[in-house]
Amino acid sequence: MTIVDIGIPRRLVEFTVDGETVRVPEGLTILDACTATGTDIPTLCYGDTLEPANACRVCMVEVEGSRTLVPSCSRKAEPGMVVHTGSERTRTSRKVVLELLASATDLSTTPGVAEWLAETGADPDRFGPDAATVAQPAIVDNELYVRDYGKCVLCYKCVDACGEQWQNSFAITVAGRGFDARISTEFSNPLPESACVYCGNCVEVCPTGALSFKREYDKRADGTWDESRQSATTTVCTFCGVGCNLTLHVQDNEIVKVTSPHESSVTHGNLCIKGRFGWQHVQNR
Amino acid sequence: MDLKLLDAVASREEEEAVAGFAGGGRDQLLPALHAVNDRVGWLSQGALNLICETLHVPPADAYGVASFYSLFALEERPERVVHVCTDLACRVKGAETVCEVLTEHVGAAGKARGGVTWLRGPCLGVCERAPAALTFQAGDPATTELVAPATGASAVLAAQREPSPSDGSPPLIHQKDGLRLLRRVGVVDPSTLDGYRATGGYAALRNALRMGEAAVLREVTDAGLLGRGGAAFPTGRKWAATAAQPAGPHYLVCNADESEPGTFKDRVLLEGDPFALVEAMTIAAFTIGARQGYVYLRGEYPRALRLLRNAVAVCRERGLLGTDIMGHPGFSFDIEIRRGAGAYICGEETAIFNSIEGFRGEPRTKPPFPVEKGLFGKPTVVNNVETLVNVPLILTGGAAAYRAIGTEASAGPKLFCLSGNVERPGVYEVPFGTTLRELLALAGGVPEGRSLRAILLGGAAGGFVRPDELDLPLTMEDARAAKTTLGSGVVLVLDDLADLGGFLLRIAEFFRDESCGQCVPCRIGTVRQEEAIHRYLAAGSDERALLREVGGVMRDSSICGLGQTAWNAIESAIDRLGALG
Repeated sequence: MTIVDIGIPRRLVEFTVDGETVRVPEGLTILDACTATGTDIPTLCYGDTLEPANACRVCMVEVEGSRTLVPSCSRKAEPGMVVHTGSERTRTSRKVVLELLASATDLSTTPGVAEWLAETGADPDRFGPDAATVAQPAIVDNELYVRDYGKCVLCYKCVDACGEQWQNSFAITVAGRGFDARISTEFSNPLPESACVYCGNCVEVCPTGALSFKREYDKRADGTWDESRQSATTTVCTFCGVGCNLTLHVQDNEIVKVTSPHESSVTHGNLCIKGRFGWQHVQNR
Repeated sequence: MDLKLLDAVASREEEEAVAGFAGGGRDQLLPALHAVNDRVGWLSQGALNLICETLHVPPADAYGVASFYSLFALEERPERVVHVCTDLACRVKGAETVCEVLTEHVGAAGKARGGVTWLRGPCLGVCERAPAALTFQAGDPATTELVAPATGASAVLAAQREPSPSDGSPPLIHQKDGLRLLRRVGVVDPSTLDGYRATGGYAALRNALRMGEAAVLREVTDAGLLGRGGAAFPTGRKWAATAAQPAGPHYLVCNADESEPGTFKDRVLLEGDPFALVEAMTIAAFTIGARQGYVYLRGEYPRALRLLRNAVAVCRERGLLGTDIMGHPGFSFDIEIRRGAGAYICGEETAIFNSIEGFRGEPRTKPPFPVEKGLFGKPTVVNNVETLVNVPLILTGGAAAYRAIGTEASAGPKLFCLSGNVERPGVYEVPFGTTLRELLALAGGVPEGRSLRAILLGGAAGGFVRPDELDLPLTMEDARAAKTTLGSGVVLVLDDLADLGGFLLRIAEFFRDESCGQCVPCRIGTVRQEEAIHRYLAAGSDERALLREVGGVMRDSSICGLGQTAWNAIESAIDRLGALG
């Protein structure tokens, strides 16, 4: 969430980040405050349009007086708090958490992770060749999007977006527990038999590419997906009168996917099946 | 919310099991899942669909909840299931032999054969009679049979015939003198209120009602009562903070989900003195201003469930629960017993809330703390069974007399669960400050001809103590100073023949199995910990540096106590016993 629009005047909270005194509006999380004041804290499960699930534990910071590290994405900044974002303890934690994730999950389509792994000196291979992973075949059971759970880090964002936070479809859940926990429909039934309404909002919030549009998935598979050749144009959806913003991603004069700007006050990144997927007619020639 | 339900249809038996839940809400999800699982033995798509329709819960959500608990099956399985405890105390006492004999005569674990299946599982909480097995037989009514101590032959027999409905023998207390908390256990009939009242029962509530809320709060605070669930938080402070919250209603939750391997003290209290818990909860409710209390009882305690249900029903009948309790106008309180379904994590105070509310038993992020936002988002006190049972003592004898027991910082009597290679395993009550050596002597020490190798203190989330550390006074402060913990009161004794490596592997396995999976350090860290111990045991490779780093991050960055303590015992085995090196 950006901190530019503060709405009604709020009190300022003064606290310390890495030795610098910062003042931010009351109610901001440590992560928001750090982002706003220019301190970069990596995170995977943070969703700018969702309540923090604080499950990935990549954004952990040290707060003086706290027995454990704290998730910066969900802990509110408090007056007088002394936060360290780059201490030995936080760096070790970030490195090991990334190693654990990278050793169990295919992070090849997760933006940012390669850089963080390099920065922290993480070595996911040190758990040995027999380390358990969540590798599994991708599920292609419909024409609109693909579920590739070998890439899933269980950030809960798709479940939250599908459930009470946005779509209210409740088609997917976290099932099982521990290392066997996974995103699933009821009884792992195929998506077309579930409550899914194909709004694609789960794909919109997925941080790893575990959920992707079928078009993108196919193009990646045949080697023709190339973001450097893509342009993005934001326009207004023409299907109904709500006025949702659409961002058309175009490659080689062909729409390859549709997203929605998260800062849009109408949609906050959410769309329906028509806005998200109803664009084939544009390129029927 | 418009639900899209499954097409699958429930059977008549499933319909009958769900019939009683009409009009219920999401918080009835766990009881409804239990009802079907108890009746049929597993949860079909049709049954889940019907539950979702009845309680208005999305099917995916209900599936996520059902698949969280190990006592529920989502694939067809026989009506009879034998759970064999392979956890710490049972492992020490030969659970593996029981498993071998079962494999030979009944088939591999988890394979259905001849109307039965058997499973290896976590601690059943009857460590004083280890090794233990518990048979669940689905039906109307469902029955259970506890076999403890089990032999290969008795476990095979339990698998091969209908269980003779039995929930085990009454708890046996070896100790005779100086008992306060345990004084009624094995002496007074736990099923009659009159027996309880004849031995001083309900004098404490009478005193509390006379004194008023503020005075009770002061007394409990002055007594210095610390929580007995493992975290040792001051009870008076917790009560005061909740009582002071303006938001209502306030809730009281008794944490009876005793799942720490090697812990069985709460079971002994529940089975031996259930009215004491009901009275203690009533006092707590009066003090914090709660009208509704929940006992979250682990699903593997059939005897405790039966006796506690009886106690609650009797108290309701006799005006000790309900409205205007003991004639005190305006004081209303009732208790609902909520049965867990096999998940260690549900002993975590915030995971209990999710479980009761009908969600997956995942812990919540703190803050906010339960005193502010707990069950159903309202101010809530969560207290362990043993903690609560101390309250009547305080209110009958007074804070000063209570304080005279134990030490300055650790007041009162304390229950310890002795198991493993000890002459007389069982629950022992001693004042805080008793040394480990004295406690061990009370239980007869290590059996003749063997010597002590180590003691696991505090459970799987605790740590090891060496034979040369037996003069450790058992107090919160001394344990902390010695860099160990009393945890939930586990004293698991290992003799010189104990297989320490296998024991550590079981601890690692336990945490891997019981992690809820919500956060990365715990979900993946516990797996890497187990893998490293496997590698050490197989090839002797030095995994200590890796274990330390992963363990340290689990401790530092996990959401809840499970992940934060999953490396404690293994770390102490390395540091104090020179294991894995």
